[in-house]
Amino acid sequence: MNIQDTQAQSAASPPQDRPPLQQGTGQGRIKDKIILDVADISLSFGGVKAIQNVSFNIRQGEIRAIIGPNGAGKTSMLNVINGFYHPQVGTISFDGNRRHQMKPYVAATQGIARTFQNVALFRGMSTLDNIMAGRMLKMKKSFVHHLWYFGAAKAEELEHREFVEHIIEFLEIQTIRRTPVGRLPYGLQKRVELGRALAMEPRLLLLDEPMAGMNLEEKQDMSRFIIDVNEQFGTTIALIEHDIGVVMDLSDRVMVLNYGQKIADGTPDQVKSDQDVIDAYLGVAH
Amino acid sequence: MDFLYSVLVDPFVQMASLPDFFVQVIWEGFVAGILYSLIALGFVLIFKASGVFNFAQGIMVVFAALTLVGLHALGVPAYIALILTIGVMFALAVTVERVVLRPLVNQPDIILFMATIGLTQFLIGLGEVVFGGEPKTMIKDELGLPSGAIDMPFLDGFVSFQKIDIAAAVIAIIMVVALAFFFSKTTIGRALRAVADDHQAALSVGISLNQIWVIVWFAAGIVALATGIMWGARSDVSFALEIVAFKALPVLILGGFTSIPGAILGGLIIGIGEKIGEIYWGPLVGGGIESWLAFFIALLFLLFRPQGLFGEKIIDRI
Repeated sequence: MNIQDTQAQSAASPPQDRPPLQQGTGQGRIKDKIILDVADISLSFGGVKAIQNVSFNIRQGEIRAIIGPNGAGKTSMLNVINGFYHPQVGTISFDGNRRHQMKPYVAATQGIARTFQNVALFRGMSTLDNIMAGRMLKMKKSFVHHLWYFGAAKAEELEHREFVEHIIEFLEIQTIRRTPVGRLPYGLQKRVELGRALAMEPRLLLLDEPMAGMNLEEKQDMSRFIIDVNEQFGTTIALIEHDIGVVMDLSDRVMVLNYGQKIADGTPDQVKSDQDVIDAYLGVAH
Repeated sequence: MDFLYSVLVDPFVQMASLPDFFVQVIWEGFVAGILYSLIALGFVLIFKASGVFNFAQGIMVVFAALTLVGLHALGVPAYIALILTIGVMFALAVTVERVVLRPLVNQPDIILFMATIGLTQFLIGLGEVVFGGEPKTMIKDELGLPSGAIDMPFLDGFVSFQKIDIAAAVIAIIMVVALAFFFSKTTIGRALRAVADDHQAALSVGISLNQIWVIVWFAAGIVALATGIMWGARSDVSFALEIVAFKALPVLILGGFTSIPGAILGGLIIGIGEKIGEIYWGPLVGGGIESWLAFFIALLFLLFRPQGLFGEKIIDRI
């Protein structure tokens, strides 16, 4: 068995009528501009080396996947990019600003949005309120204005409400607009979480296992949304996913991590046939 | 038989035979309950937004009241002293956020709880150094608070309402309505609820935790000031008032740690229950049950509704 087999069995291939994408060319979807450049990142927790000397970049407009076995450092990498973790060594450059470390607030203001592996929604709030929370940074009126509900603040609120309605329509979640998200099934929660990230009008969208725990139908829906977001809004996407089939179909380039180190990086085809990758996934006889 | 009669029947006979006195007891309980509610409200605000059980809420009440009285004693006109005190509470909120919360971010809740105990001790010390330890009188008249009582005829007798108590009730109601509106309707309110639900997710959409913490601590400070004025007007302003904060615990158990309406209703139930228990059942055991009855009610409640009256339902998907 090799990875190709896994792909063939994979249940959730995105719609096949999608035009084939060639990296860096083709539809003009992917620009040559590098939007995120991560250089020589090392991150450790005490004695545990979560990430060791990893460098990679993301081009504007592409779908970039990070894969690897459990504990490979994938989520840690997303946490470094969006500032939850601070690497001991290395730099992160987003849109030309090189930093030693990100801060979550700075990442958000610069247009990096994300979803979480174990859905992190505001459970007590409705779908609408959750997505509206994603508009927080887009609200221009001052803080003092918003302490006072009426007038300018209310007008602004309504304007953003309209934008959020578009997202709700796009994700086909009109019927659960007013439902507290804690009550929604898992698949829909993931969708609401994507909606909240989209509300930020992100330039880089980080998706941490967007399809984990989903059934076939939900995976297909989610794949479709990811492609649509990328193509219609031109959003650059970095995603972590365990379903290799989905990853290979969705992404333009794939980076493979194993034990905190980068073992492969390239197009899905290159990565698929890489001996190190196959070894990492299937184990190798010593 | 005699004992059963005195527990189960006699108190109700007493209530029925002196209805005006009974109403008076309920009113007294209601007023005490409002003050408990206000203290519990301060706890709920901070707990909701930061998951911190703020042990220092009680001392914040004393500190706010002392600052107000102290400033007035220095010759500052009452209303200006009030505004300055609000400023002091804001400064306190900023300081707490900078010095206590920010360095301890992401630490376990128990650590933050310990930190608020430390804050309590610090505020007690600071208060004593600056204002001295002796009890002070609240500046009621200067603040335009009414005094005296209204007597209302009721059945055969009359019920007496202290005007200051009526004012306390009105102020409490206004504050609660304003807070509830703020939390549910405004953008900042939504950010507050977001932070209450999930810190990481809130950070990821660009909500500034630091800003939110300053807001809730400031709001809790304002609530503390209102509580301090009302409570101080009924007795006097001293550090003994800090003990009242413990009365907020049964209120919180009853109302739930995260619910504003719960804090209010819980406070009223405790206040009224306590007074009725003390007056009608207290003599059976020689009185003095007021100090522990609240905890007893809370314990009973825990058995049947651990999340409190309006606490968030404990839903878990398995």
